[in-house]
Parts: sequence; structure tokens; C-alpha cells
Amino acid sequence: MLPWLVLLAPLVAAGVILLVTRGSRALSAWISVGAVAVSFVASVALFLGPDLRSSVDWLRFDVLEGISLAVPFGVTVDSLSKTMLLVVTGVGLLVHVYSLGYMHGDRGEARYFACLSLFMFSMLGIVLADNFVMMFIFWELVGASSYLLIGHWFERPSAAEASKKAFLMNRIGDFGFMFGILLIWGMFGTVVFADLPGGIERLIGGVDAMRLTDPVQAATLSKRLTSFLTLAVLGIFCGAVGKSAQMPLHTWLPDAMEGPTPVSALIHAATMVAAGVYMLVRVSFLLPFAPSAMTVIAWVGIITAFVAALMAVQQDDIKRVLAYSTLSQLGYMVSAVGLAASGAAMFHLFTHAFFKALLFLAAGSIIHGMHHEQDIWQMGGLKNKQVITFFTFLVGALALAGLPYLTSGFYSKDAILYAAAGKSIPIFVLGLITAFLTAFYMTRLFLAVFFGKPRSEKAKTAHESPLVMWLPLVILAVPSVIFGFPFITSAFQLDAGHHEAGAIPVPMLAALAFLLGVGNGLWIYARREHDPIRISLLARKFYFDEIYAGLVRVTQDLAARIAGFLDRYLIDGLLVRGASALTFGAGFVLRFFQVGSAQSYAMVFALGAVLLLWVALR
Amino acid sequence: MSPALFWFFSLMMIAFAILVVVKRNPVASALSLVVSFIGLAALFVSLDAYFIGTIQILVYAGAVMVLFLFIIMLLDLKAEEKRVVTAAPLIGGIVVGFTFLTLLIRVLAGNANGKLPMPALPGPVDDVKRVGELLFSQYNLPLQIIGTLLLVATVGVVVLSKRELK
Amino acid sequence: MSAITLNDYLLVSGILFAVGLFGVLVRRNIIVIYMCLEIMLNAANLALVAFSRFHVAPDGMPDYHGQALVFFIITVAAAEVAVGLAIIVALYRTRQTTQIDEINKLQY
Repeated sequence: MLPWLVLLAPLVAAGVILLVTRGSRALSAWISVGAVAVSFVASVALFLGPDLRSSVDWLRFDVLEGISLAVPFGVTVDSLSKTMLLVVTGVGLLVHVYSLGYMHGDRGEARYFACLSLFMFSMLGIVLADNFVMMFIFWELVGASSYLLIGHWFERPSAAEASKKAFLMNRIGDFGFMFGILLIWGMFGTVVFADLPGGIERLIGGVDAMRLTDPVQAATLSKRLTSFLTLAVLGIFCGAVGKSAQMPLHTWLPDAMEGPTPVSALIHAATMVAAGVYMLVRVSFLLPFAPSAMTVIAWVGIITAFVAALMAVQQDDIKRVLAYSTLSQLGYMVSAVGLAASGAAMFHLFTHAFFKALLFLAAGSIIHGMHHEQDIWQMGGLKNKQVITFFTFLVGALALAGLPYLTSGFYSKDAILYAAAGKSIPIFVLGLITAFLTAFYMTRLFLAVFFGKPRSEKAKTAHESPLVMWLPLVILAVPSVIFGFPFITSAFQLDAGHHEAGAIPVPMLAALAFLLGVGNGLWIYARREHDPIRISLLARKFYFDEIYAGLVRVTQDLAARIAGFLDRYLIDGLLVRGASALTFGAGFVLRFFQVGSAQSYAMVFALGAVLLLWVALR
Repeated sequence: MSPALFWFFSLMMIAFAILVVVKRNPVASALSLVVSFIGLAALFVSLDAYFIGTIQILVYAGAVMVLFLFIIMLLDLKAEEKRVVTAAPLIGGIVVGFTFLTLLIRVLAGNANGKLPMPALPGPVDDVKRVGELLFSQYNLPLQIIGTLLLVATVGVVVLSKRELK
Repeated sequence: MSAITLNDYLLVSGILFAVGLFGVLVRRNIIVIYMCLEIMLNAANLALVAFSRFHVAPDGMPDYHGQALVFFIITVAAAEVAVGLAIIVALYRTRQTTQIDEINKLQY
């Protein structure tokens, strides 16, 4: 019963707001907050309770004779989804409360809260889903609601563009996801997660049994099985690449910062983008059967982490810096999944959700106080004006940068680095460099925003945010620190990597990276009025957008040319004009038979009748 | 009726029908048609269809032919002065006519039932009564319809003759 | 001369029909064409009456359904002639001709 309550409360709230209370902003907001509070309480109860599964047979397609696709509408509550539920509803609740302040007075407040509730429903659906198809449905719902939220201020062209971009990029990934799901269903005949390991074992057992009688055939089959599984895993990974904004589909996430800041915090930091990682962890039992896919995942993740960190170094918009840091951290998590350290990935997801939500909400508080100014070089000296925000942001930044032994971020990043050290040194090195860069750009951001003199009129008149906005910051600051401590860590299966790291002193190196990053940052950016470094390659984000735009233009031109050719010559020329020419020609020829003399017609008629008679009598 | 009479009337009918086609003057054609229809009426009588024979004379030889003659007189049609013989319709008509006849003869040759003599009748013929009974019982609805048709035709003729068609 | 059979009647009817058809196809005077049409109709009537006489009903009498049909045909033919001649009159008023090859407005 409880899982259904968790899932359906936000849906009911969204429905009620949209259908009944849309006129009243305050009431709508409180309904939404109440629903997510209900979900949160139920999630806590679930977290303390036992694992359970509950499902209703919901959809059953008979695809072909004897082949059917059964899609139960089921929920699965295990340690993985419990953790995720807590993250989603916890962060979600705080973001809802925060939104009460941030969105106060917005014209679309009721719509905003309805979308937020819809998003919560979809996200919880992904977390609770016990099969691929259901997950995919909620996956798409998440995409749709995030589209609505990013485009909340749709009157701004940039917001409309950003939401469109997010939607399209996700579509590309989702295509792969669907492909993967279909492959899985085709191979195992089921899409339910719990039934899949049995299905794999059955197939492998079958191949093994054949090995005794027909070794050659068995070898081919085994190879084919591996390649199909690899394909399926890569397809599913495509979905994660889209949703978790990995390279090369990452470009939508920074643009998605056009949405309201709480949305950025909730969707684009803590929950939705984590859905990809969560999904990968959920299906991680498939990964050992597809080693090459794992390598791909690990490398895509770490390259994303590294490149995104590089890009973050040169961003001036506070939310964009955070967006790129999100990309970078997501890269860590994906890489961890690829390194067979799902526990570490989940752990980092868990801690990251809190400190990144904290950072975003603090950034929102800064932006709110700065009268919606987002350029960090227009800020400065805010440490005296927004004291609470300053301290909470400090906690979040330290957690993100990984202050050794004190913050949750250090422990979770460590877990991933351990896994990397045990598996692949290049990935480990890239991870370390990323950690260094993270500390560096966070220092830059922090110094630019809070220290020095106020660099604009808005910065001089900045003020602290209201209670509903700073209270969530304070609440989030606590887990950002303590969630790295052993009593939480023990909930995740982390010990996988520790033994293999061998001689590499991972914590030491990570701490060194942190210190170097912070030190360099302090050295370069202390008391600066402007950014002393200008690397346009990084500032322009490696020209990804330009490349994509060019690519789209080229393919579109090509497609347009082909379509134009088809339309102009084949359809217009051959079909349309051809049809008209045929009709005209036929008419031209046939009118010579139209002699206009009734007798000729009678003659032809009589001839025809006689002919028919003759045929009949033949 | 003896075969001789049958052949006499048949030949008369066909000969005058040919005259209808051949004669240049429409009045001559119309008068030939009357004679041809009288021959036809005689053939009807030879088939013991006195009623049909009678109305054949009354309707065709009487009413219809008078109508034809009336129109010819009204329009003051002269005989065609020069007959332009165009080959195409002539050849076409001959081909169609002969093909039709050939086919008909082929059919008739294979029709064994048609070679039986006329069955004798058990008693005197009361065909007016029988046709009348049929028309007013089984064919009542068509009879009504045909009556309406005649009415419509009458009205139509009045309209067509009165209005000046431009 | 042998007894007259159904085939004789049908043959005569067919010849009459062919003559009428020939007339329709060859003559140009529209009134004569109408007469030939009447000939064709009556050829059909002759065949029908012949069938009626040679097909004996159970009581030994001719099958009068055929004659009823002939009755209808004669009626319709009379109506047709009346309307047709009225049309010819109207046509003559506008075109001053009854020659069918001069009435060729339908030609392209």
C-alpha cells in the first residue's frame, strides 16, 4: 500500500491543481507541498520497513501467435529504490518548500507546482518501476514534465529553445533505450527486472549444455549471445546518456538552466539526471555479461567528467558553472557503473543529490538576492549581505570539491576513485585531474561571488532571502556533511573496490588534488575584478553547440535537397504533372472519338451489343 | 392459319419495313410502316393474340402513325433531294445487321424446342379477359405506373411544344 | 409447306429487327429513324407474342404474361413516340432541320 501512496500522492496533487485549484496560487502550492510531504513520510516509512514487491498485471500484448509482451504495473522496493526514494522525496520536499518563496508572485505559480508534482510522480515511477517498459513510460513522463518545467517561462525565447533542446536530446537517447529494451525482451521474453537474471542463466546454461554435444555451434552461440547483450546494454546506456547528460548528448543540461532555479536544483541536479545512473545501477546485473559495453560506459563517464570540469572552469553564469559540475559528477557516477562499482555510483548519487541541491538552492538564493543577476563577475562581496547563504554555499562547495575527511563528497568520490584505481589507471588519473579541476573552479566561483568588493549596483543592494528559502539550505547542509560518515556508508556495497586498489594511496591523492585545486584557485582568483584567464575553447564549451548546429544544418540541407528533388521532380514532375499530362493526352486522343453524331454512337453501341452476343455464343 | 398465309404476311411485313428504310419521302416511309404493322397485326392474330393484334392496329396503325404523319405535315418535310450515300454507316449497318442475323440463325439452329409445331389450344381463346385479369391483378402496380407515365408524357409533350426553345 | 414453328416466328422477328436496326444506323432523317425504332420495338413484340403462344400454361392456354408485357411495351412506345416527336418539333423550331448529321453540337 505504501509504495502506491508514495507514487500516487503527487499525481493526485497535479490532477487536483490542474483541474480544480488552478485559479488559486497559494492553495495550489500548498497542495503540491502537502503531496510531496506525504510521499516523503511514506518513503521514510518504507525505508525503515522490509523489501517488498507488488505488481498488477497491467498490459499484455499478444505480439504474435504464442509470443506475448506482458507488462505488469509493479513496484519494487529494495535497498536501491529505498535510497533513491529518500533522495527524491527528501530533496523534492525541500525544493517544494523553497519554491514557495522563490516562485512567490510568479504568474504561472499554480502551473509550476502542478508540473512539479507531475515530475515527482514520474520520477518516483522510475524509481519504483519493476520492469523496463514501465520504467520507459515514466522515463518519457519525466522527459515531458522536465520539458514543461524548463520552459516554464516560455515567453522567453531562450527558455523555449532550451526546453526544446532538452526534449530532442533526450529523444535521441531514448531511441537507444527503447532499442535496448526491445532487444532484451526479444532475448529473454520478459521485461521484468526480477526475472531477467534467471533468463540470462537459462540462456547461458543452454549454451553450456550444448558445448558437450556440439562445441562449434556452442562457441558461435555464446559469441552471439555476448554481442547481443552488449548491443542491448549499449542501447540502454544510450537512454542513460540522454537523461544523465553524458557526452555527447550533454548539451541540453547547461541550457536547461533557463528554467526556474528550484527546478534546476530538483531536476537537473538531484533527481532527473540521476535517473540515468539509477537506471544503470538497476540493470547492473546485466553488465558482467557485456564487458566491452562496460568499458565504453566507464570511458564515456570519465571523459564526460573531465571535459565538463574543463568547461566549468571558464563559465561566468553561476548556474552554468553548477550545471557543468553536475555533468562532471554524473560522469563520475556513470564511470563507476562501468567500473562495476554500482554501490559507489549510488553512494555518490546519494551524496551528490544533497550537496548539489544545496548548491543550486543557494545559487537560487544568491540570484534572488541579486535581483536575478546570474553573472558571477557582477557579484562580489556577498558574504556580508547573505550570511546564511554564504555558509551553506560554503558547505556545499566543500562537499562538491571534496574536503578530505569532513564532507560526504570526499567519501563518495573516494569510493569511485578506489574502484577506478583497481580497474584502470588512465581512468583513475583522469578522475584525479577532474577532482583537481572541481576544487579549482569551485574556488573560483566562491571567490568571485562572495569575496572582494561588490562589482555592480545589484551586488551592493543584495539582501538575504526569506525563511522558506534559507531553511531548506540549512537543512540540506546537514546531510551534505554527515552523509559520508560510516553509518550511512555501510548501507552501500562499497567494499568491492577497496581491496583491489593495492598500493595506490587513493585518499591521499584525492586530498592532494583538492588542496592543489583550492590552492591554485586562491592563487589565481584572490582579489580579482575580472577573470584573468580567457580560454575561448573552454568558454565556448568545446564548440559542441556549434558543431551540432552545423551538423543539423548539413543534414537538414541534405534532407531538404533530397526532399526537394523528390518533390519537385518525382512528385510534382512525374506524378502530378504526369497525371495531368496523362489526363490531358487521353482527353486529346479520346475527343476524336467524340464525333457528336448520334448515329455513330448508335453504331458503336450496336456493334458492341453484337460483339457481346457473339462472345456469349462462342 | 395456314403456313402460306403466315409467309405471305411475314414477307409483306418485312418488305414494307424495308420500304420504310429505303423510301426517300418520309410520308411514303410512314405509309409503308402502316402496311408493315398491319402485317404484324395479322401475325399476332395468327398467334391467337387477338387483343394484341387489335391494339396494334389501333395504337400503331391508328394513333402513332397519324402522329407521325401529322408531324411530317406540320414540319412540311420534303423528300430528300439528293441522297448522299456515305459508305461508313452503310457498311456498318450491313455488317451489324448481317452479323446479328447470322448469330440469330445459329442460335435458332440449336434451339430444338423451337422446331415443334404450334400446340393446339383446348378451347376458344378468351385472351382479352385473361390479359385484363393479369393486368389488374398481378401487374396492377406496373399498370398504375404506366398510367402515370402516360400522364407525365402528356404534360411533357405539352410543355415541350408550348415553350419556345432558344 | 410444313407447319409453322416457333423458329419461323423468331426468324421473321429477327429479320424485322435487323431491318429496323439497319434503318436506324443508315437513315439521317430523324423521323424515319423514329419509325425504324418502332419497327425494332415491334419485332421484339412479335417474339414475345410468339413465345407466349408456344409456351403453353398447365391449362393448355397460351402464357398470357408475355402478352401483358407486350401491352406495356406498346404503351411505353406510344408515350415515347409522343415525347420524341415533341422533342423533334422543338428541335426543328431552333435548328430548322430534321437531319441528324446536322445536329452535332456534341462534337468537339
